[in-house]
Amino acid sequence: MRFYALLVYLFLYIPIGIIVLFSFNAGRHASELQGFSIKWFGIALSNPFVMEALKTSLIVAGTTALLSSIMGTMAALGLQNVRGIVRMIFDSLIYIAIMIPGIVFGIATLVALATALDFINPMLKNIWPIILGEAPRLKLGLISIISAHTLWTTALATVIIRARVQGMDRSLIEASIDLYATPWRTFYQVTLPQIFPGILAAALLNFTLSFDDFIIAFFVAGGRTTLPIYVFASIRRGITPEINAIATMMLIVSLTLLFTSQGLLRKRK
Amino acid sequence: MEPKNTDLSTTNNHGDFDIEFINVTKHYGDVVALNDTNLKIPRGSFHSLLGPSGCGKTTSLRLIAGFEQPTSGDVRHRGVSMVGIPAYKRPVNMVFQHYAPFPHLNVEENISYGPRQRSPKPPKQELKKLVGEMLELVRLPGFQNRRIWQLSGGQLQRIVLARALINRPAVLLLDEPLAALDRKLRREMQMELQSLQREVGITFVLVTHDQEEALSMSDTISIMRDGGIVQTGTPSELYDTPVDRYVADFVGESNFFSGIVSAADSAQATIQTKTEISLTAPYPEGGKHLTIGQRGAIAVRPEMVLIWPLTHEQPKDIDFSVKGRITNRIYLGHQAEFRVVTDSLGEILARIPKTAEAVTRDLAPGDEILLGWQWNFGLAMPDA
Ligand SMILES: Nc1ncnc2c1ncn2[C@@H]1O[C@H](COP(=O)(O)OP(=O)(O)O)[C@@H](O)[C@H]1O
Ligand SMILES: [Mg+2]
Repeated sequence: MRFYALLVYLFLYIPIGIIVLFSFNAGRHASELQGFSIKWFGIALSNPFVMEALKTSLIVAGTTALLSSIMGTMAALGLQNVRGIVRMIFDSLIYIAIMIPGIVFGIATLVALATALDFINPMLKNIWPIILGEAPRLKLGLISIISAHTLWTTALATVIIRARVQGMDRSLIEASIDLYATPWRTFYQVTLPQIFPGILAAALLNFTLSFDDFIIAFFVAGGRTTLPIYVFASIRRGITPEINAIATMMLIVSLTLLFTSQGLLRKRK
Repeated sequence: MEPKNTDLSTTNNHGDFDIEFINVTKHYGDVVALNDTNLKIPRGSFHSLLGPSGCGKTTSLRLIAGFEQPTSGDVRHRGVSMVGIPAYKRPVNMVFQHYAPFPHLNVEENISYGPRQRSPKPPKQELKKLVGEMLELVRLPGFQNRRIWQLSGGQLQRIVLARALINRPAVLLLDEPLAALDRKLRREMQMELQSLQREVGITFVLVTHDQEEALSMSDTISIMRDGGIVQTGTPSELYDTPVDRYVADFVGESNFFSGIVSAADSAQATIQTKTEISLTAPYPEGGKHLTIGQRGAIAVRPEMVLIWPLTHEQPKDIDFSVKGRITNRIYLGHQAEFRVVTDSLGEILARIPKTAEAVTRDLAPGDEILLGWQWNFGLAMPDA
């Protein structure tokens, strides 16, 4: 049995291992190892296209993580007082949102955004004051990626933060109110510190999801290039050690964030 | 047990009552947690709400604290209605059943939490001094920088007491504060709470299901059942004149003899037991009067029952006696407790003080004896 388990694990991890291994390859060919070197990391990081894509990805992932954890917190706190059939409907909708395939999500958000832009742009043109010159034309780009990613990750953030909210002792809130704190002060002096590990975990996880996402970004990116989109485009010109180095760096970032987030969720209440 | 504040009836200035319930009813959906309840808690007293689980004790506290609003009726503080006033504006503080310390704050931050909500915030130095005094008061000096998880149950209890008392509330609410402590610590904290209350002079309202605890700590007690208050009084009032069988049973021990009321007037009633024995006793003060034909009971405290050997002559003042056999005898130090089985009245418990031992010294299980009591030491009440 153990032997088969080993095979499964090899099957899972050999491709990833090879990418990591070849990112340290001194030679230029992706098929033969020619000694250890970290020069490809340097080359990747000094490539202006890579840096531009990285910047876009960081902005998208950072904003997504921030927005989805704020909305997730609001949803988790709001759902706390919802019971019965309404609660069941909300819960089902959240789980469905998590399960929707990325490609469906990509198409859906693309259609929604395109429709919205078709509606907004003519309107904007009409109400734009002439002294400000030509009316801007909103189009797909940074904001549409962020919107799509925020939509996509908010459900997961809600589930993670809600677990923390439910695990919290309700009498702490009453104790705070009993000690003359207004509901708002109670929120930021007691509720927020209590559920913060959950919020942070959700933010880190959603940062990773957004940072790694190719499918949804590909649909709604317009002209913008995120790191996964850049990697995808470069691969069509052949796999280079530089691409391997980028993949390795993304892997390290993702794993670090994932482990941190798991650690936060596991920590005692 | 010495009551400090027995004068409940002559005060009618409402400002003298820290808490008043006026026909308070509280529903949770279909559940009636509190039903048309009236209650007056005098300023500066130690008052307990005593009753079994589910009778509405916590609900009463939450109505005072402001976590719940009454479905109908009025909750007043010194004569002023508190209905609609949010909990954070009420001059009362609560010690929660499971303490609810803030786990992300240390001891000092926990205790200073209340004063820090005031605006303007008191100066740092003053806060530090206040916290120090409070820790002194609860006998945990130097605990300022401890984390919550480093504290034992008893220490946590004192910290949350300090966290409440630092605000100098008009009323301190305590929801079964000692239930989680072990026996020895509980005794210790009972005495400490009592002396703390004397020291700070704040009205304490304690919720408990432990009659011994209520009796030993309180100036006044309200006995609760099924969402209502059955009787309010000092411990000795409750012990000496319980208004019904429920109270008599809940506060201390009693012998109950039940049957059908065969004669009754406005002062006393006679009850005929199934075994054709007639027992007469007065009503307790404030107790319900009985009518002929209804079911009634005579309650007799074990201390009121005397026993003597068959050879001995009937003690004077005793106007009723019945034959029985001793089944058990226990020494309780200051008194001896006898269990006696009688043909006509079942098992009867008698406690004979050491000072009256001359007659009972040689009695042992198996001995045939006579027992009786003075009729007006019994209490006639409905057989609830
Ligand atoms: N939030 C609530 N929702 C529904 N029922 C409640 C709620 N709180 C208390 N009850 C019910 O009200 C009754 C009185 O409860 P409680 O005041 O907690 O009793 P106690 O403190 O004496 O044990 C119980 O039947 C309890 O189940
Ligand atoms: Mg309770």
